[in-house]
Amino acid sequence: MSKYLVNKFLFTVDRDPGLVERYRADPAGTVAWWEAERAGAILNCTAAEGSTWLEFTEQERSALAAHDYAGLFALGAHPFLTLTLFIAMFERDHDEPLGFQLEYARRLRQVSLPYPDITT
Amino acid sequence: MATVAAVIASTHHPFYYRASTAPQDQRPPFAAEWIAKITAFRETLTRARPDVLVMVGSDHFHQLWLDNMPQFLVGHAEQYDANWYNEEREFGLPRMLLPGQRDLSWHILRQGLDAGFDLAFSNELRVDHSISCPIITLRPAADLPIVPIYTNIFAPPLPQPARFVQLGRAIREIVESWPSDLRVAIIGTGHLSLELGGPRQFGPHGPDPEFDARAVEWIAGGDIEGCLAEVTLDSLHTPGNATHGFMDFMLMMGVAGEGQRADYTDTVDLFHTMEAYFTWYPDGVPA
Repeated sequence: MSKYLVNKFLFTVDRDPGLVERYRADPAGTVAWWEAERAGAILNCTAAEGSTWLEFTEQERSALAAHDYAGLFALGAHPFLTLTLFIAMFERDHDEPLGFQLEYARRLRQVSLPYPDITT
Repeated sequence: MATVAAVIASTHHPFYYRASTAPQDQRPPFAAEWIAKITAFRETLTRARPDVLVMVGSDHFHQLWLDNMPQFLVGHAEQYDANWYNEEREFGLPRMLLPGQRDLSWHILRQGLDAGFDLAFSNELRVDHSISCPIITLRPAADLPIVPIYTNIFAPPLPQPARFVQLGRAIREIVESWPSDLRVAIIGTGHLSLELGGPRQFGPHGPDPEFDARAVEWIAGGDIEGCLAEVTLDSLHTPGNATHGFMDFMLMMGVAGEGQRADYTDTVDLFHTMEAYFTWYPDGVPA
């Protein structure tokens, strides 16, 4: 259970234009690199003073590596983070306005209340 | 003492800037009506002749993150840069620089702490669209000094709805006790029913028009008691997964006061959320 770390991945990739493109082009490679090199970085601290214990569960790693935003929703990733990053990666592939956002909603249409808990 | 010249509560739709500045042939079909309503709403602030703006909003995981998350935070900086890369990318928002009002920031922090609100503070705060959007809609010149106040409506555990109301009441009293002859407008933005990153997102209306209708009644009528009787942290999941942003409207109801009917109310039913605009004049409607 490392929802926090999944959110941290989405958050740190979303704010970095280079990482957004890298994650779009090579999801599995980017997730593996990030977990090895970046997962323990405490934002606002030096590299020598990071965390030593953070890792994804296998389910989380697979969902991120597969760009599986419906799976991330089911795992309780913060929906705002997932939506924002995935719009950045995939809105460009749709011609009509909000095309990707509507497909995203359709992919989640089987979900009913209560939604998965997003508490970290 | 300072005068509360206006209390304003609004949604903060990040699409407005692009919808209102794009070339005519690239604007969405609802742009003209939206711009007309925003222009009328802007006039309600202009008429109040404010000198300073207290701006209540919520950081959307920009500067505030889950490793160090304040519930309520007051900016205490000389200036505030505004808007972030992902807001430029997704909404086309411009970079802005807003002047700060540190004396009032300090007064709110000191008096707030002494009143029992353990407010966090920031001496270097880059604000996001929850604060820049109401500047764009209500004061596009961006010429007045601000005090930003952030609330956590985003990352559970959240404060209870009643706490937002209490903080709103306190902010009103604290601003009115500021030893200054300036006119202060207190502006806060939130959401009605809203879904982001879930199956009900970007539908033809907001995810829960019935909630929106009740919410507008609560706000416009100053019905804090009725609102608090129905709204809980749990109940806000039902109208849409981002509806906890409604608690910033509840904070503003606290600023306006129990039973205080808004002097100005307007709404716009957009394709995925209802926009809502409210203004109160505690000192009487300006001539």
